[in-house]
Amino acid sequence: MLIRRRLAPLAALAALLAGLAACGASEDETTLTLYSGRIAPIISPAVKQYEAASGFDVNTRYGDSPSLAATILEEGKNSPADVFFAQDAGSLEAVEKQGLLLELPADILAEVPPRYRSKGGAWVGVTGRARVIAYGEKVKASELPDSPLQLTDKKWKGRVGWAPRNASLQGYVTALRLVEGEDVARKWLEGMVANDVQTYNSNIPIRDAIAKGEIDLGLINHYYVAEAQAEDPDYPVKVHFPPEDLGSLVNTAGVAVLASTDNKEQALKFVRQMLSEQTQTYFSESSKEYPLVSGVPAPKELTPLADVPAPKIDLAKLDDLQGTLKLMRETGAL
Amino acid sequence: MDAATAGRTFGRRLPSAARAFGMRRPPLVLLGLGLMVGLAAALPALYLVVAVLDDARGALDAVLTDRTVGLITRSLGLAAAVTAAAIAIAVPLAWLTVRSDLPGRRIWATLLTLPLVIPSYIGAYLFVSALGPRGALADLLGVEQLPSIYGFSGAFLVLTLFTYPLVLIPLRGALQRMDPSLEEAARVMGRSPRDVFRSVVLPQLAPAIGAGGVLVALYVLSDFGAVSIMRFNSFTHDIYIAYESGFGRTEAAALGMVLVLVMLVLFAAYARVRAARALHRVTPGAQRPAQPVALARWRWPALAFCAGVAAIALVLPVGVLLYWATKQISSGLELGALAANSWHSLLAAAAAALAASLGAIAVALLSVRYPSLVTRIVERVGYAGYALPGIVVALALVFFTTRVALPLYQTLAVLVFALAIHYLPLAVSPIGASLLQVPPRLEEAARGLGRSPIAVLRTITTPLVASGVLGGAALVFLHALKELPATLLLAPIGFDTLATDVWQQTSFGFYEASAIPALLLLLIAAPPLYLLSAKASVAS
Repeated sequence: MLIRRRLAPLAALAALLAGLAACGASEDETTLTLYSGRIAPIISPAVKQYEAASGFDVNTRYGDSPSLAATILEEGKNSPADVFFAQDAGSLEAVEKQGLLLELPADILAEVPPRYRSKGGAWVGVTGRARVIAYGEKVKASELPDSPLQLTDKKWKGRVGWAPRNASLQGYVTALRLVEGEDVARKWLEGMVANDVQTYNSNIPIRDAIAKGEIDLGLINHYYVAEAQAEDPDYPVKVHFPPEDLGSLVNTAGVAVLASTDNKEQALKFVRQMLSEQTQTYFSESSKEYPLVSGVPAPKELTPLADVPAPKIDLAKLDDLQGTLKLMRETGAL
Repeated sequence: MDAATAGRTFGRRLPSAARAFGMRRPPLVLLGLGLMVGLAAALPALYLVVAVLDDARGALDAVLTDRTVGLITRSLGLAAAVTAAAIAIAVPLAWLTVRSDLPGRRIWATLLTLPLVIPSYIGAYLFVSALGPRGALADLLGVEQLPSIYGFSGAFLVLTLFTYPLVLIPLRGALQRMDPSLEEAARVMGRSPRDVFRSVVLPQLAPAIGAGGVLVALYVLSDFGAVSIMRFNSFTHDIYIAYESGFGRTEAAALGMVLVLVMLVLFAAYARVRAARALHRVTPGAQRPAQPVALARWRWPALAFCAGVAAIALVLPVGVLLYWATKQISSGLELGALAANSWHSLLAAAAAALAASLGAIAVALLSVRYPSLVTRIVERVGYAGYALPGIVVALALVFFTTRVALPLYQTLAVLVFALAIHYLPLAVSPIGASLLQVPPRLEEAARGLGRSPIAVLRTITTPLVASGVLGGAALVFLHALKELPATLLLAPIGFDTLATDVWQQTSFGFYEASAIPALLLLLIAAPPLYLLSAKASVAS
């Protein structure tokens, strides 16, 4: 009895260890490992299209893009990832800067306009999202500002929401610094803070807060509203593409192949699949993002990408995030 | 007094007799084990050192700013307020559920511990949607807008409600182990019950309150979910921003180091409290069950208090979750995935609880029975993993595993290891507390009769500290269940858990879809909590 009681925990421990060992990662030659900063409901249908076309299996690790980028940076050459699909250009740029990405062949890069891919040729944009001003029912279309810079007006005091932690807003600030100069960006940030801008964690809570009437305007990406409208045509939030001061800057979600991959051919094939008409159409129809490959129609309920008054700015230049963060901290935006 | 001498014996100061028996030198096996556990627990801190040394200059620049001072002050202020409030809630709850004749004590004990399992990011979101300026309550009251709960007040409310069980659990244990004879003596000598509670009971509970309070404070310091949703800029919030948007590894690491230093100061203060109080403990040898105090006319107010706390901390969030869940059920469920995710959560959390308890036994034995500089360092280093945000612990293991143990990278073993070192202090602290109540004389006698140190450990010490071990294991289990950053980065691919499921859904705004995995987390957590309170009741 005593002996049995003593052995029981040991037996349990042994069983557990055996179980843990059995769960060990198995790498085999027909599997591709994907680090995805985009969540399963969005990415997995696209992954299935690749699997069907290639006969390969894809193992996907999900996380938020910056954490996955930080993980790849720590893994270095030992990264198990073959492909990295990120929500924002900044995460891809950070990994490229450390020399951990493979240079993509010219024919892949050529699929996408130069604005939407890496200058160094190591990542390519897959879909685009425009910055917009979302607005609620209390705001008349005629009142809408032409530029985010006008949101520092007293009229909007306490009525605007933003998400300074979000890569898209930071991208906008970086672009503003680049195009309009450091002083304009600083003045804008200070003005927004002084005008009691409401800070949110990310874009979706801003959209929801507008719908609830907590705030009237929000600086977010276009497709969050498009999605809500797809579910509910009477959704009480609309979008406005501000034509001035980079107001509707287009950011990208993009994909890259790791330099350390031992499956280069398949990894590149995966990238090609993401840029194929089939997958581009899928992204356009399901998540209401702009396809970046020419010839694939944008979601019909959206303003066509060509008509979006987006500034012509090289996304690859948007990599001075450190400077932007510093400015945002100094002005109290972060 | 016999009790007093015995108390001193297993306090930090050992009498010369023990030294003569050679008690001061720990068995090599134990020392080796303890050092290994200490080293493992030090990995996150070591990783920070490596990252800071990359660019020491930049690290200093990042840290030596007014902003750092301001944020640390804000974070410490929040931690202090939450800790005080958590203690204020936990003390009466513990006393009512252990010492009074409150109806349904065990059920209350279980229900009132459950809020610990609600992940703080879910809890905060639930509160915003229920109590936010335009939330459900505003609708219910028919008012246009409620006062904002964002900022300090919201973070304070949510963190208090979801962390007070960290004090309640050790406190209930301490009350159950407490010898009632001192109180009775004080009563016989004419002290009023209130006076007895203040001058006799409370001082004896101080170590447990301190242990729980430290855990609450560290939890608040390292929390990200609640503060970010409640829009309260804290120090950890800044660490996450550094990782999230700047890839400023050095900067993030430098800020992390500051957090470790703050933790060391906090812990040193706590150790002082514990050392001073340990001398007042009494032996369990004389222990009899305490007579439950009849609440009489206080029964209804007491019930109302328990019900009130349960209503805000458990019923309200669970109510919202259930409401969402019913909506979700009508649109169909993926039962297979839910079952697999539940099993994964259970497996990882149970394995982590087991591993952490084993490690914690070694650490607690060393620090209580063989106090020395080395053992003190081992114990304190263990707290580093708990004070640091999960993302730091996760990246530390990414860094070390890919360099020294590549074949193990992203296997369940490494995930369990990460969870165990992250939550080690949760197990060390109750085991240490219960070990303080085992007279070393028993062990000495067994040694004198020819048992080996290991045999003594197995046959004498372990059974006597079983309740502490169980309590510690339960705490680790509950935390590991809801852990997110390390699980996302370190689990084998495809090893989805309930927590990662919740995250997937909420990160895209599908809050309703996150309700069912969140409720399953609570369901998995409830039985161990109930067993724990049952076990404790039997023991008393």
